[in-house]
Amino acid sequence: MGELLNIAIKSAFIENLALSYFLGMCSYLAVSKTVKTAFGLGLAVIFVLGITMPINWVINTWLLGENGIFQTDLTFLRFILFIAVIASMVQLVEMVVEKFSPSLYTSLGIFLPLITVNCAILGGSLFMVSKEYNFSESVAFGLGGGFGWFLAIIAIAAIREKIKYSAVPPALRGLGMAFLLTGLMGMAFMGLMGIDPAAF
Amino acid sequence: MAEVKVAEKKSSTIAFGKKERKLLTDPLDSNNPITVQVLGICSALAVTTGMKNALVMAVAVIFVTMLSNGIISVLRNSIPKQVRMIVQLVVIAALVTLVELTLKAVAFDSYKQLSVFIGLIITNCIVMGRLEAFAMNNKPYESILDGIGNGAGYGIILLIVAFFREFFGKGAIFDYKIIGPSAEYLIDTNTSVIFGWYASNNLMVLFPSAMFVIGVLIWVHRAWNPKLVDIS
Repeated sequence: MGELLNIAIKSAFIENLALSYFLGMCSYLAVSKTVKTAFGLGLAVIFVLGITMPINWVINTWLLGENGIFQTDLTFLRFILFIAVIASMVQLVEMVVEKFSPSLYTSLGIFLPLITVNCAILGGSLFMVSKEYNFSESVAFGLGGGFGWFLAIIAIAAIREKIKYSAVPPALRGLGMAFLLTGLMGMAFMGLMGIDPAAF
Repeated sequence: MAEVKVAEKKSSTIAFGKKERKLLTDPLDSNNPITVQVLGICSALAVTTGMKNALVMAVAVIFVTMLSNGIISVLRNSIPKQVRMIVQLVVIAALVTLVELTLKAVAFDSYKQLSVFIGLIITNCIVMGRLEAFAMNNKPYESILDGIGNGAGYGIILLIVAFFREFFGKGAIFDYKIIGPSAEYLIDTNTSVIFGWYASNNLMVLFPSAMFVIGVLIWVHRAWNPKLVDIS
């Protein structure tokens, strides 16, 4: 259990998907104008990462691996299958949420389909493969990584809401400033790199 | 259907006029995928520690945008609207797998260093974005030009960012040493003589510096082309 907690904390803070690997930057920059929308997208990312990571683990080990059903190395199909799983999961999650919780659906709204092309999701799955996690570790990695991404987008959205009232040079307003801010936040997160997750 | 076919016949006299040139050059400046459309940032940040990796990545992305735009444009009338995302992703994923296997065979060093970021071309929003915005409603020839233009616009930014990061971070360009001592700041402890005058700035190799370089690039670009300034 402690081991899993380590992985979750490590993926949320020390190896933050958004601020250490800069994954999912497109939606991170596009949807971080207000905290409210950032909150919705962040939640959706936690959700989808938590679901797709174990499914992709199962596919990678049991379907594509050498010890899988076909007994052959099919890893060259990995990209296609992973992205198909992510796209169909997002579609499925969208339908389930719409059916059972219309209020959550309206608040997540357009962000669910956006997640398909959020590289934090596919990147998370590919990192899971390259780090050779087992099933429960990949669940922890998915949830922790999603939480880290959620924190990062909330933080940048809050800063951007405040900075609207500052005197930023016109050419730097909006996108340019968001880049510089993310760089500074990334430097701050690098400070966490020295932490030993086993200390928790 | 018949109407579409006629329209396609007419344009089959392949010309390279003003409109075609605009398709190629627009993404380089006023409609740049990275600094204006904000597409494909993730990989732009990760692969720009060296010019060599940036060049490999740029070529790979140009290849994928060009072919996926072409293929989707050919298929555009037969793709049902509901499943278009999955069709697009399958086409992109197949092309990216092709690129990955080719790189693995031809340039193994670059393949190792780019690692997951080759796979992430699939979710590179430039590819998806251009498919949705352009290839779904335009003819194949124009779509291919648009793909090349956008891939090149992305590649140029990648190379500029990589130039600054590699030059100041490692004192080199294309792995060829230009300034500074070979490994790091060398000090002879006996005589306290400092060899070489430039100590490479390690921050430039780390991720945040890419953010700073692109941020400043956007600043310069918008100061130079005030039409792009964000009013909101």
